[in-house]
Amino acid sequence: MTSGTLPYTSEWTFDLLRRYDEEIAKVAAEYGLDTYPNQIEVISAEQMMDAYSSVGMPVGYHHWSFGKQFLSVEQRYKRGHMGLAYEIVINSNPCIAYLMEENSMTMQALVIAHAGYGHNSFFKGNYLFKTWTNPDSIIDYLVFAKKYVMDCERRHGEEEVELILDSCHALMNYGVDRYKRPPRLSLQKERLRQKDREEYLQSQVNDLWRTIPRADAAGDAAKELLFPREPQENILYFIEKNAPLLEPWQRELVRIVRKIAQYFYPQRQTQVMNEGWATFWHYTILNTLYDKGLVNDGFMIDFLKTHTNVVYQPTYNSPYYSGINPYALGFAMMSDIRRICENPTEEDKHWFPEFAGSDWLKALDFAMKNFKDESFVAQYLSPKLIRDFRLFSVLDDESDNYLEVSAIHDDAGYRHVRRVLANQYNLSVREPNIQVYNVNLRGDRSLTLRHIQHNRQPLAEDTDEIMKHLVRLWGFTVRLETVLEDGKVELCCEAKKEDD
Amino acid sequence: MAFAHPQGLLRTDKGSELVAQFIDRRPNGKNKSAVNRHKFIRRYKNQIKKAVSDAIAERSITDLDRGEKVNIPAKDISEPYLHHGSGGTKETSHPGNTDFVTGDRVPRPLGGSGGKGGSDASNSGEGLDDFVFQISREEFLNLFFEDLELPDLIKTQLTKMMLEKSVRAGYTTSGVPTNINVVRSLKGALSRRIALRSPYQSQLREAEEELESLLLLHDDNNPVIVALKKRIEHLKAKIKAVPFIDTFDLRYNNRIKQPYPSSQAVMFCLMDVSGSMDQAKKDIAKRFFTLLYFFLTGTYDNIELVFIRHHTVAKEVDEQEFFYSRETGGTVVSSALKLMEEIITDRYPTSEWNIYAAQASDGDNWSDDSPLCKDILINSIMPKVQYYAYIEITEDTPRGLWREFMNVKKACQNFAMQRIEKAGDIFPVFQKLFKKKAA
Repeated sequence: MTSGTLPYTSEWTFDLLRRYDEEIAKVAAEYGLDTYPNQIEVISAEQMMDAYSSVGMPVGYHHWSFGKQFLSVEQRYKRGHMGLAYEIVINSNPCIAYLMEENSMTMQALVIAHAGYGHNSFFKGNYLFKTWTNPDSIIDYLVFAKKYVMDCERRHGEEEVELILDSCHALMNYGVDRYKRPPRLSLQKERLRQKDREEYLQSQVNDLWRTIPRADAAGDAAKELLFPREPQENILYFIEKNAPLLEPWQRELVRIVRKIAQYFYPQRQTQVMNEGWATFWHYTILNTLYDKGLVNDGFMIDFLKTHTNVVYQPTYNSPYYSGINPYALGFAMMSDIRRICENPTEEDKHWFPEFAGSDWLKALDFAMKNFKDESFVAQYLSPKLIRDFRLFSVLDDESDNYLEVSAIHDDAGYRHVRRVLANQYNLSVREPNIQVYNVNLRGDRSLTLRHIQHNRQPLAEDTDEIMKHLVRLWGFTVRLETVLEDGKVELCCEAKKEDD
Repeated sequence: MAFAHPQGLLRTDKGSELVAQFIDRRPNGKNKSAVNRHKFIRRYKNQIKKAVSDAIAERSITDLDRGEKVNIPAKDISEPYLHHGSGGTKETSHPGNTDFVTGDRVPRPLGGSGGKGGSDASNSGEGLDDFVFQISREEFLNLFFEDLELPDLIKTQLTKMMLEKSVRAGYTTSGVPTNINVVRSLKGALSRRIALRSPYQSQLREAEEELESLLLLHDDNNPVIVALKKRIEHLKAKIKAVPFIDTFDLRYNNRIKQPYPSSQAVMFCLMDVSGSMDQAKKDIAKRFFTLLYFFLTGTYDNIELVFIRHHTVAKEVDEQEFFYSRETGGTVVSSALKLMEEIITDRYPTSEWNIYAAQASDGDNWSDDSPLCKDILINSIMPKVQYYAYIEITEDTPRGLWREFMNVKKACQNFAMQRIEKAGDIFPVFQKLFKKKAA
């Protein structure tokens, strides 16, 4: 052991935290992890519950659903049904990570490595985060949003604000741009722009309805141009810009929900990768500390116990099974990439000729930067892992009373299992494909959405509820049509304004 | 805004960008979710109130003073979002295959979705369990009393009956022998002895010294010496004559009576359980009794409850039977009053107990019985009780009992009565109780 051994104790102190962090930072730098500066905050369990219920946002606008979240977290935690997460990390610059004061020193070290260097470098490197989020301004934006919502509550009443937010939350997943990159904003600019936008937008909306084309003689109704010209996937955006009856402040609320949805959009698509990457790095960094003699055996046993729990994957027939554990799969895949680079087998060379035997740091870095869960699994899940996890695919066709095992971990099945698994992470498969199709400009101003059915999967039964929210936002009749696989269109549901 | 100006920075190492900043946020306070929690409770007030009234039905009167677990059906508070329903074709991958081979067909597990057999595990289904959470004692009580329309300040002091207790109050010079305080008396005697003897003691000492010096010069028969010896004898006799103890020294333990408010109370709940009192009326009655009980808990440490129910005969019962057993038959209110009087005489002497009574009825009584009730109340019961509250839960016009009780009200300050149809009418019954100034 060298003289620089870090003390092994269960009680942490700020001094110890700093010493551990210094060593961890050194190791991370040796591995070339590129991170935002860390801002590590120690909080109590109760504060952790607060952070939980505001989906990890350090500042959030007020809404009852966060209260509901808080109550349920609190209840489960108090009854011991669940432990709190050891950390929460926020994609901001500097990168904010919360440590819970109850954690032991070993846990704090694990969390610092996991969040402060793992997640942090992922936020900074992954293309989705680079494209979709502004870590420099997110905190400012959240502060702006919170204040704006409070202002609205004062001016227009809590109930009114709640109605709009409820409706927006229902459509939150349909408030993201999947292709168009949002511009960078800061708090200052946002404030200035917000006023301009209010005035400008309102005039635009009115304009839309003013320029009703003179009704030519009957007959070309069929040829009538669609509005919008092309279907739009960002329903909240469409509503913000075009809903005829919304007040300016209501549009701004729609926008706030939309912006926050957009901010979380990359996280929803990179769960396996993000957790896998962070887990791989806390594992690698702490092992390196051990190899350097900086931490002792007791520390490692402590750490490995927690680590093993984190990457535990119950099998499909276990009562604890609830899908694939992103930590387990992600960690296994990241470790596997390293293995393929360092000790490739013949099989690996055949499957991954482009990087088998290459520098593992480069290969991992490339994988982290350029993929999301879906493409990551499709690209990197190796036959060895499929065997290790004993993965198999099941085909569930409603018209058949039996489930069919479509592939297992054998030569014939590897690719199939992998494709199916990758698709499970594809948001556009998981979420129904629903787009804004048309607004009846000449007649009743009704809005038509189209659901393009995939694999004959219907919408859930509570879609009616969503329709009510849509009507609230749009202000006129809203129709949802389903486009069947054979191209036929049928009306799925229709909701009218109640006081009509 | 705390983020814009982080406080409590433990260290900022401006030199290197990459060194982490550690911030202790623990002092920043929790309860960040308090606003959201409040919004949630406001939004689901109706459901929560239902849970509260269910809880009231289940709980005993004495047990209402705590928080409550609230159950809300999950579907009532679920936030809808667009998602796929069951049906269509789905293909999913799962870990842990042991004995399936490609092409195996297994029956669809019941329920269509869920982990086993792996049909739909990735679409993590919403739990259909109830949403359960805890509301605090304050929130519970607020909801409980809400439709009672209580005024904001109900913390008026109840007047309490005064009891006397004897407390030590130093010592006196007179008393009975049993109260003699020995230590104190002997202390007095000692100091008296010292005081009375000391002049003789010093004279004696001087005389003895003189005698000693004279004896060196003269013999015993010298007249000066003889005189001196005589004087010494005399002084010794004087000293001896001071008594060891004197009546003057005696001290007696002193006790005086001090008034203090009685901290125990008994509350009589009287209820008509004839056939016409249905469960809804009993529920109102229960709130009425509970309200009185709550007010009393603020004032008394120890409260006993006596439940008396009556139709034609009265019976003392436990709470469960009081509220939930059904009886039929006519009504003789005086039977309950007589029983109450007996119980007071037997078990609750007015010198020790503050007595409160609450009576609920639907106003029915056997007509010849009502004047008797009035007499019992005015003559035997009212002088003994601190407060008597009567509610008549009915929509009919007042009948005999009501009229007779009006007379009681005229005669007695501490009698209150009210006709009520809904829970909101209950509170006025107690208004006078709380207007009363602390005695």
